[in-house]
This record gives sequence, structure tokens and C-alpha cells, in this order.
Amino acid sequence: MSYVSKPVRKKDAMALVTGKPVFTNDLASKDCLIVKILRSPHANAWIEEIKTGTAKQVNGVVAVYTYKDVPRKRFTLAGQTYPELSPYDHYILDQRLRFVGDAVAIVAAETEAAAEKALKRIKVKYRVDEPVLDMHKAKDGKILVHPEEDWEAKIPVGADNKRNLCASGVEESGDVEKILGECKYTVDRTYHTKANQQAMMETFRTYCYKDYFGRLNVVSSTQVPFHVRRILGNALDIPSSKIRVIKPRIGGGFGAKQTAVTEIYPAFVTWMTGRPSKILYSRYESQICASPRHEMEIRVRAGADENGIVRALDVYTLSNAGAYGEHSPTTVGLSGHKSIALYRHTEAHRFAYDVVYTNVQAAGAYRGYGATQGIYAVESAINELAHMMKMDPVKLRELNMPMEGEPLPAYQDCITAPSCTMDQCMQRAKEMMNWDEKYPYKDMGNGKVRGVGVAMAMQGSSIAGIDVGGADMKLNEDGSYTLGLGCTDMGTGCDTILSQIAADCLETSIENIVVFGVDTDISPYDSGSYASATTYTTGMAVFQACQELRKKICALGAKMLEVNPEEVNFDGEFVFTDEEHKVSLKEVAIKGTCGNTQELQVTRTHCSPISPPPFMVGMAEVEVDKETGSVKVIDYAAVVDCGTPINPNLVRVQTEGGIVQGIGMALHEDVQYTEKGKIRNNSFMQYKIPSRLDIGDVRVEIRGSYEPSGPFGAKSIGELVINTPCPAIADAVYNATGVRVRELPITPEKVAMGILKQKLEK
Amino acid sequence: MNLSFWLNGVYRHEEVEPDTMLLDFLREKGCYSVKCGCETSNCGLCTVLMDGKPVLSCSMLALRAEGKKIVTMEGMQKEAEEFGAFLADEGAEQCGFCNPGFIMNIFAMENELEDPTEEEIKEYLAGNLCRCSGFVGQTRSILKYLEYKKTKKREEAEE
Repeated sequence: MSYVSKPVRKKDAMALVTGKPVFTNDLASKDCLIVKILRSPHANAWIEEIKTGTAKQVNGVVAVYTYKDVPRKRFTLAGQTYPELSPYDHYILDQRLRFVGDAVAIVAAETEAAAEKALKRIKVKYRVDEPVLDMHKAKDGKILVHPEEDWEAKIPVGADNKRNLCASGVEESGDVEKILGECKYTVDRTYHTKANQQAMMETFRTYCYKDYFGRLNVVSSTQVPFHVRRILGNALDIPSSKIRVIKPRIGGGFGAKQTAVTEIYPAFVTWMTGRPSKILYSRYESQICASPRHEMEIRVRAGADENGIVRALDVYTLSNAGAYGEHSPTTVGLSGHKSIALYRHTEAHRFAYDVVYTNVQAAGAYRGYGATQGIYAVESAINELAHMMKMDPVKLRELNMPMEGEPLPAYQDCITAPSCTMDQCMQRAKEMMNWDEKYPYKDMGNGKVRGVGVAMAMQGSSIAGIDVGGADMKLNEDGSYTLGLGCTDMGTGCDTILSQIAADCLETSIENIVVFGVDTDISPYDSGSYASATTYTTGMAVFQACQELRKKICALGAKMLEVNPEEVNFDGEFVFTDEEHKVSLKEVAIKGTCGNTQELQVTRTHCSPISPPPFMVGMAEVEVDKETGSVKVIDYAAVVDCGTPINPNLVRVQTEGGIVQGIGMALHEDVQYTEKGKIRNNSFMQYKIPSRLDIGDVRVEIRGSYEPSGPFGAKSIGELVINTPCPAIADAVYNATGVRVRELPITPEKVAMGILKQKLEK
Repeated sequence: MNLSFWLNGVYRHEEVEPDTMLLDFLREKGCYSVKCGCETSNCGLCTVLMDGKPVLSCSMLALRAEGKKIVTMEGMQKEAEEFGAFLADEGAEQCGFCNPGFIMNIFAMENELEDPTEEEIKEYLAGNLCRCSGFVGQTRSILKYLEYKKTKKREEAEE
């Protein structure tokens, strides 16, 4: 029986579809104190005076904390591995308030009503300062977001808090100006993406309690349990050994939960009061004070010769960190590294960036992690270049796309592509979309016009040389195995995918694998689930642990058979030398529990020195109403190269889901601020994520290469899939109407106004 | 205030505050399948059946249940398993957080629409958001499930 490459049902599926109580708030004890946060109404303010006396008198209120009560030690909320690249710029509560929604005070009460009442009774006198809301005015501006002396960047990333710089840098290879000067065709365009919300259905939430050792137990909806443990140690200024983090089922993350958005508050309450407590963010809070995608403005200069060979790319990214720097120095890198690398003939490239602090909601990690923004910009510029050259954008890509063994310019984590079927992906996408017939547009004769657009994308598989995957494989007394994991299944299915790998390695049934994760007291260390790392990195740890465990099973079996270990074989059921001489797995397992000195348990840690990119092609067909400017994606064809798809069903659903999120980013999801820096899109009323009526067909196929460094040839899929919709849809709209929208989302207003402008110009 | 109603087939007398929402009340009574995804009646996660009709329990006072029959997924475990198997075979349950509200609305749809088209299905379920799956896998599973139910019904009729 083999499970790899089979559409195996997720091990937790039936619990989920029958609504079992498996999520954080289902597990929280009923006597939890309710934790609520008083939030700043101002984008830039200083607390001159804060009175909590009457709030504390509310019946049922147990504690009210202000900046005076918390440790004066800065930390970052970003869930990242050492050396942490995000600046230490947070207190649990600070006297300075840096955005509308920043935390002013923490209230803990017996009931929600009491907590709400206490919030209203906290009296705060603010000194309201002028905020810096425009990211163009932040660098070297007069208003500083982090003027404090104890601000700290752990390692040099071009940061300077006295210049509002969270990171900056220039990377260059070859003489960009010279090559651009030689190119027959060049474009110079600027694109703008917004701070989209992950909008996972389960909002941020955490509950905490102290155990019989006086340790702080934290049950949280997080992608990064081990990082949360360290972050809480830093924030509370206590040894991390006093903290245990448990991850139950998670109701979606998409990167949002790679930042410790909520954990610090109940952790502080429980640590101080000794009482269990919980915090549940409302959707409103998840929209205004969470961890969205970085707003970026990206200028792209691209040049090609008369034959359509792209010779130079110059990318400058201005990224908006917002009020705090979580994931800011790192996300920006992907906007250049994973976009320039799509053009293998690039002789010269430059990637420069500034990441600035402003007085808006702090950004964080969102699926794609900067690559989404960069690929939207570069793929759009390449489309514009193709139109300038009067060349089919597919053709231009066929000439320049990544190929196996060929260079990936600007991408430091693999000099050349170790595995790549981008050419097959393009070929198949073209067939699926019937591109040659549909390109560039078709007037439907009813006021509507259809256009098609194309884009390529890549991502990484883990952070090369940094991400660590851990697996603990144990043979139990009954002949079953337990697979202990430190990575976090957030609906993605990694518990199942890793069990498939284990079952194949151990030649056993998947039902014979018990999978467990995550408890930082028990699980093997794992960086967590982000950076498209889990299947690739942890999968390899599982693979290695299983191989090692097989050796131990053979050794004990051989001892029982009274032969040398190298004389035996193991077929998953028996350790044997021949038909006559064999012991069953169960006999070995029992032997392991009785008079035995050899553990039947292996823990393996894996880290890959490279990050092999998965690739894909996305093609969009849109229908635009010329009267209203409304755009509907009627068909989306996508072909992915994720290496070996360990579970083709889950690859497909991940791809479909990522594409639809990308469609939301391209067409609907906007983040707008009032003049005072307050977010207008603070609920699902104003922040529109796609419903099932907003999308047409989404058709996905797999053309997997074989990645030698991955388990069974696998690469990643999770993030890659959000990267093509924005550029593909933008070009489809252009092909349909001639209107080029360079600021997302592509709203009906922008398209209709563009069409009107065209008419007036005629 | 006093509240008398049927919860998953059991007639109950309960004490409830006048401002308690049905969602919070049901979770208090152990119906943890009922989830909250927004506070603005946009996401459909809190869908339960009231006298067979789907309602958003986040936007309804618990007292409105007076004399009514409320059914949550805790009361439809067998049916949930039956449909859920189709969803799981597409991998489209994903994180699972939206599943109960979504699936309850499918049961409501089954009561209301006979032999719905794909368009009608999408329209009926438009209020059930999902951020993981992109909906297409959900649609595949619904179509397969309805086909299976039709076959089952036909076979039963033949017998």
C-alpha cells in the first residue's frame, strides 16, 4: 500500500465536518477571565494621564493594566527564527500610541459585560500629535514613529529608527543602466498594492492557565508555537522554560498567525493573576489591529532586445511597515528576489528597497510574503513590455521563463532551478484557456467584452539554511507508530501529508500512524508552518526519522532472531531472514517494552541549504461591463509545479483557495484610511472577500517536476498559488478594455473612469 | 427571563438574559459547532436551523427561540457525516471552521430546493464564506452528494 501521490482524506476531516469542539475557544475552560483591550482612537498620541480607579470598581473586574504595569523590555511579535530580523520595537503596553487601534490598557473581568463596562470607565488624557500616514513622507520625515532610545534592530538590515527606516538596501548584479540603455524596448512603471487582510474565518484567539508547577500554559491559534514560547518569555520577561504552548486545530492562518497578535495579553493576565483567561479578537479587531499584508509601491524598469529577450530588470520597492516592524525587513526581500528570478536571461538586475514606519496598522506575514506584490509588479511590467513590442505575452514568457538547470537571477537560495516544469505548465495552461483563440479579447456584442491575461509565479520551499523541521517517530507497544510534530496544521493538511510520508517509509497503513502536534513540552522543535516549509522541510525530517527507526526495528528483530542486524529485512509487517525465520512488528514492539535497552524512538531534525522554488502559470479570462466597469473572472486556468504532489487533493484545494484569495486582492479587497488614519474597511461589510458568486470556473492541473532535495521529490504549494491572479487579471482587463490599472484593487470605478478617459481622449 | 424551546429534539426550559444572542446561548449550552466569524451577519458560520429554516444565530436574540425548534450540527451528526464524507474526499473541508454553518445551510437548501442547478446552489449558499477552499471544491462535493442522494432515493423507491 502506498499513500504518496494519493488523494488521502485528511486524518482530522471527520471531526471537522461534524463540528467537533477542537478549536481554541471550544477548549477554553468556562472559568476563564475575559480579556479586552482599550484601543487608541488616535494615530499618533502620548498618554499624559490614565485613570483606572473607577474601571477597577466595576463588579466582576479582576484587573486593569496600563503601560505602568508591564515590563519595560522591548521585543518583537514576529514569529521568526534566530537571528530575528524584525526589530525589537514592542512593549506589551506603551505610553506612546502609534496607530488607531494600538493597545492602551488591558482589562480582565469575570464576564464580557463587566470587561466592556470597565473599558468605558478608563479615563485617558491623550496628547494628540500629527501622524505620518503617507508612506512616501515617512523616510527622513519630521514625525518619528519610534523615536525611543531602547529601539533595537538585532542585526543590520539597513534600519534606523531616527529616519523611520525599518530596513533598506540595494542589491545589484551587472550594469543595469548600461544594459537598459542597449535595450530596444524598455518600460518604467510603478505599481501599488494594498494592505490586504488574511481574513481567516477563525479570528485571533488565545487562552491561558497556570498548571500545578506554576507554569504558564498557553493554548493558542498559532502557526508558530515554539516562536510564541520565546516571544512570551521576552514580553513577560520570564524564562521561556516557564511557558508551554499548545496548538489545537486552527481555523486558518495564511500567515496572520505567524505573528503573536493576541498571546501577550492573556499570558500577562494569567501570569499576574494566576487565573485562567482568554482573549477572542472580534472581526473588527482582526481588521484594524492585526497583521495584514505589507502595502507596497513597486517601480519596475524592464528592458528587452528586439528578439524579446529580457536583459535587465530594475526593481525598487517602498514597503509600508506601519506602526511596528513585524516581518518588515524580510517580506520586502521577496518582492525582488522572487520576481526578477522569473527571467533567466537577465544579464543585469538591481533590487533596492526602503521599508518605512508609518502611523497605520502594522503589517505582517500574508501568504506570498512580499513575492505576491513583487510578482504583480514585475509580471505587469513584462506584460506592458510585450504589448509595447506587439508580442504575445505568452510568447515573451516562453523565451525567458525559468528552466531546469538554468539561472534564477537575484534568487540567492538556488543559483539555478534544481527542478522546474514551467514550460509544461505554460503549454498546458495555454491549452486549457484556449489562449491562441481568445487572446487578446472578444467583444460579446452586449456591452460586455472578454479579455485574457497571463502571469508566471514562483515562491520558495522553506527559508534556506534557517528553517528547521522536526519529527519524532515512535513504535508503540501495539505495533502502531506515533508521529510527533512541531509544525502546525492549520487546515492545510500537513498532519495527514506527513503521515502519508511516514506510512510509505514504514510500509504500514496510514491508520497505523498516530499523529500528534503541537505541544512545546513534547513536540520536537520545529520553526512552525510558514515560508512554504512544512511538506518540504518537516517532510524530510519524517523521512529520515522513519529510515532510522527501521534500522532500530531491524536491530531488535535481529536480536530476537539471534542473527546479525545486516542479515535481516523488514517489510513493514515482519523482520525476517527467510520464510521460516521471522518476527512480527508487533512482537518487536512488545519486546521493546520488556527487558529492552534499545529505544524504538527516533527524533530527527532537518534543514535544507537550498529553497527550491515551485512554479506556476495562471491565466485569467475576465468579462468587463464597459458601461459600469465591473469585472468578473469567468475562468481561471492554473498549472502548478509543486514537485511531487504528496496529496493531489490538497494541492488542488490549496491552489484553488490561493487563486480565489488572489482574485479578492485583485478586484475587491481594499484598505482605505480616513484623514486621521482610521481604517474604513473594518468589517466584512466594507472589506469584501470573495463569495462563491464572485468567482467563475477555477481549473487547476498539476505538472510536477521531481525535486531531488525534497521528500519523495516534493516542493511546496501553499504560498505560490496566490501570486498569479493580480497580474493576470490586470492584463486581462487591459486586453479587454485598453485600461491599465496599476493600483489594486481593480475596482469598477477605476475601470469605468479609465474607459471614460479613453473616450474623451478620442 | 424564561425560555422554553426545543434544542436538537429536546424540550428545554432555560433562564436567559434579554440581551443574550442565540449564538452565545447555544455555545453556553454546549453546542460548540456554532461558530462566530464576524459580527455583521456576513459570514454564515453561525447558521443554525430554526423550525427548519436557516438563521444567523449571531444576529438573533436567544429569546426569539421561544417555542421554536432549534437544530445545530450536534443534532445532525449522522447527516453531517454523510455529507461531510463528500467534502472530505475533495479535501475541501480544509481548516473546518466554516464547515458547520455551511453544512447546516446545505441541509436547509435540501429542504427548500428540489434538484437545484449549480447556479441555484451557489446563490443559496452565497452567505457562507470560506477563506481556505476557494469554494470550487465545496461545489464539487455538493454536486456529488446531491447525485448520491438522488440515486439513493431512486433505489429506495425501486425497492
